[in-house]
Amino acid sequence: MSRIIEDVICKFCGCLCDDIAVETEDDHIVKIKRACPNGRSMFLDYDSSFSKPLVNGREVEWDEAITAAADILDKADSPLIYGLSSTSSESQRKAVELADHLGAVIDSTSSVCHFPTSQALQAVGEATCTLGEVKNRADLLIYWGCNPLVSHIRHFSRYSANAKGMLLPNGRKDRTVVVVDVRPTATSKVADIFLQIKPETDYEILSSLRALVHGKKPEYCIDGVNIEQLEQLAAMLKNCRYGVIFFGMGLTMSTGRSYNVTELFTLVAELNKFNRFSAMPMRGHGNVAGADQVLTWLSGYPTAVSFACGIPQIGPGEFTSVDMLAGKEIDAAFIIASNPAVHFPHAAASHLKKIPTIHMAPVSNGFTGDADVILPTACYGIDAPGTSYRMDNVPLRLRSVLKKKRPTDEEVLIQIIKAVKKC
Amino acid sequence: MKKFFTLITGRTKKQAHGLHKGIGSPDYIAATSYVEICPDDIASLGIIEGQKVKLLSEAGSVELAVHSADIPIGLLFIPMGPAANQLVGPETFGTGMPSFKGMQIKVSPL
Repeated sequence: MSRIIEDVICKFCGCLCDDIAVETEDDHIVKIKRACPNGRSMFLDYDSSFSKPLVNGREVEWDEAITAAADILDKADSPLIYGLSSTSSESQRKAVELADHLGAVIDSTSSVCHFPTSQALQAVGEATCTLGEVKNRADLLIYWGCNPLVSHIRHFSRYSANAKGMLLPNGRKDRTVVVVDVRPTATSKVADIFLQIKPETDYEILSSLRALVHGKKPEYCIDGVNIEQLEQLAAMLKNCRYGVIFFGMGLTMSTGRSYNVTELFTLVAELNKFNRFSAMPMRGHGNVAGADQVLTWLSGYPTAVSFACGIPQIGPGEFTSVDMLAGKEIDAAFIIASNPAVHFPHAAASHLKKIPTIHMAPVSNGFTGDADVILPTACYGIDAPGTSYRMDNVPLRLRSVLKKKRPTDEEVLIQIIKAVKKC
Repeated sequence: MKKFFTLITGRTKKQAHGLHKGIGSPDYIAATSYVEICPDDIASLGIIEGQKVKLLSEAGSVELAVHSADIPIGLLFIPMGPAANQLVGPETFGTGMPSFKGMQIKVSPL
């Protein structure tokens, strides 16, 4: 029997587009309307069929897999729980409970995307807004070190550059779009102004913009840009009605890291003396913002949290996964809804092959090849409901469009917590 | 002395599409296993588009096919994934974040 479900949320990226139409036939997804290519693939390539967990490559019943996972975690002196960005906030909450019980380190994929943003936020605060405000009010949009036409494909049409809003009825014609990046991108090609900068000069440019906004002319040169370009941009920043800077990993992964973002947040806060101005990180995975939120509610810190001393402690460079794995300080890992084997530097990823590893994710995501325990779960937003945070930290309820044939991450985590407490 | 290039890793549409097919799928491997270099650097290296080169950083090395692209002289782009991560070192300078952008790379024709 076929049916069409309207207003489904796509949880692929931080946009959480909530206008997707999903057509199913005999409990299979056969057609998707309005999703971007990334979202379309997420729905159409998803295999919801029942599959059993694996322990050391052998199919087992769920009880045996839960016991094996609990055994690995209980025996470890320094376990790591990592991932969380593509699971629900309900599961994230249970993962923190498990970390607290084990005395583990818990770290989300923020660790290798916007953790420097969280550090900047803690240092100087963040002037921010919702995507609804961007759509309805923002007449100047700056995309710094990000490429939304590749990574967040419907961001332009739903929330920013091309969206028609309450005070911007003509959409793109009513807005000015500036891109700051080290290379031409799909996004820079549709910008009104493209400021192409040299790698590793973001901090100097942001500092210079702060000086220019306050009427002071820098007495130094920055490789790759001239002062007239920065004067023009500074004037635009001061004279717009409502400006927003969206920024990505061009800032967080380059030299300076959190200092780059601190300078950006400070610039944006200072611009509020002249007009309304906001900053917003382009969050990648569908619920990576939720991971920061949930960890902060429960521990006081957004990521890289250690419960080893019985109280939550944050440690950039100390309790962050790449550092701990590369330093061989982890003796068991529980990977949830992510894949560090392909996304971490080789020296860190290779340590995962040497320690007992549990990997829990919807099967279509692909598993860490050498995991000792593989737990194939349902996919939130396709065959399980759950809460996810949009990139502007607005929580949305994901719906289920298929019958669930595998347990959810939250259900499995509850069972593992019970089993660990019995060990 | 060989010239150093600056490596930028990042997302592409094909890399994201490949992830849905699975990390062992031909789509994902093809989408993450090439390096973009600008035409001037391709000429100065004495290579042609499609040719394989050896990329070397302080963290490791990898051999990838060259794609010509509109990027600045001296810059390399590799889609995020296991090939790029052979070159990215684990040093985070106390931040937790490795240098996914900004690694210094030597390029040798094969």
